[in-house]
Amino acid sequence: MSSKLSLITKGFIKDNPTFSLVLGMCPTLATTTSAMNGLEMGLATLFVLVLSNIAISLLAPMVPDKVHIPVYIVVIAAFVTVLQLLMQAYVPAVYSTLGLFIPLIVVNCIVLGRAEAYANSHGVLDSALDGLGIGIGFTLSLTVIGIIREILGSGSVFGWKFIAGDGILAFVMAPGAFLVLGYLMVLFNKYLKKQ
Amino acid sequence: MEYILIIISAIFINNVLLAQFLGICPFLGVSNKLSTAVGMSGAVCFVITLATVVTYLLNQYLLIPLDLTFLQTISFILVIAALVQMVEIILKKISPALYQALGIFLPLITTNCAVLGVAITVVTKEFSFGGEAAHLLNLGESVVYALATSIGYGLAMILFAGLREHLAMCDVPKSFRGLPIALITVSIMAMAFLGFSGMV
Repeated sequence: MSSKLSLITKGFIKDNPTFSLVLGMCPTLATTTSAMNGLEMGLATLFVLVLSNIAISLLAPMVPDKVHIPVYIVVIAAFVTVLQLLMQAYVPAVYSTLGLFIPLIVVNCIVLGRAEAYANSHGVLDSALDGLGIGIGFTLSLTVIGIIREILGSGSVFGWKFIAGDGILAFVMAPGAFLVLGYLMVLFNKYLKKQ
Repeated sequence: MEYILIIISAIFINNVLLAQFLGICPFLGVSNKLSTAVGMSGAVCFVITLATVVTYLLNQYLLIPLDLTFLQTISFILVIAALVQMVEIILKKISPALYQALGIFLPLITTNCAVLGVAITVVTKEFSFGGEAAHLLNLGESVVYALATSIGYGLAMILFAGLREHLAMCDVPKSFRGLPIALITVSIMAMAFLGFSGMV
């Protein structure tokens, strides 16, 4: 039981996709303009990650080794399309905010990376839990970056405004994304990473 | 005139790396040395332009008439993967020297999100230049947009590789070494590029 639990929790800090594995930088930087956007992008990736891990762990024994990467990419792209259609139908506002970065989950190295490094050679349940853990880790990192950028950039958290005025606009724009991620990585390296 | 606006806006104002955050992974990965950065930029430039032409035609003459636009993501990524493979094979035959130079970067490009990003952008996003009504790009404009975007990619990449070569000789605090200091440097570069906004 504890080994199953550690499959999930290892994604939080030890194998954190953003700060420890440094994968999937594009959505991390682009969609964390506010806490809510970061959270939504994280959840969208989590959805694809869990489903693609499950499908690939089932498919892996049947796929010839030579074509496994193209097959995995098509599987991932299929789940991304499902997600796109679901989001367009039920949460069109979220879909239009995250925009281009929903279809780009296909080329997010986290998803293909987990398929290749884990789901490929493990059972269905373990792969699903691994996807869940890494997905939660990704969601956590994106939300934290989003919270910091939203506080500094617009003086609010999850849309709740507690500092009057405009905030530092640069933090909502591109330079702030790189800066906040850079400094968070410094803190992660100093306090959380086990050498 | 419109072409000039597209070029300036894609290279400087909406720089693919520093403003749109596409293709960050290879950007951070291969910008350690100036020579590899130049090689990567060349390969990306080639593939983005070619992939945009092919996916544009595919979308225009196959997906739209058959009402299959929901297959965009799947079909585009397949086209890009196949194209990268084909470019690799053709280059190996025609120009072994160029293949040697670009060789290791080509397979990496399939998962460079700038390629899929530009391909999806030109068929879905409506642009407006100089106060005219927003419209989808036609084939000529798409090619110019793709080419300019990849030049912007190369520009940012080569500038950053130059900075990073100097950075390697500096005494950086331990926790900042590697990626963190690189990200903070990119942040300052992005701030400089922010100065271009409002030009068009």
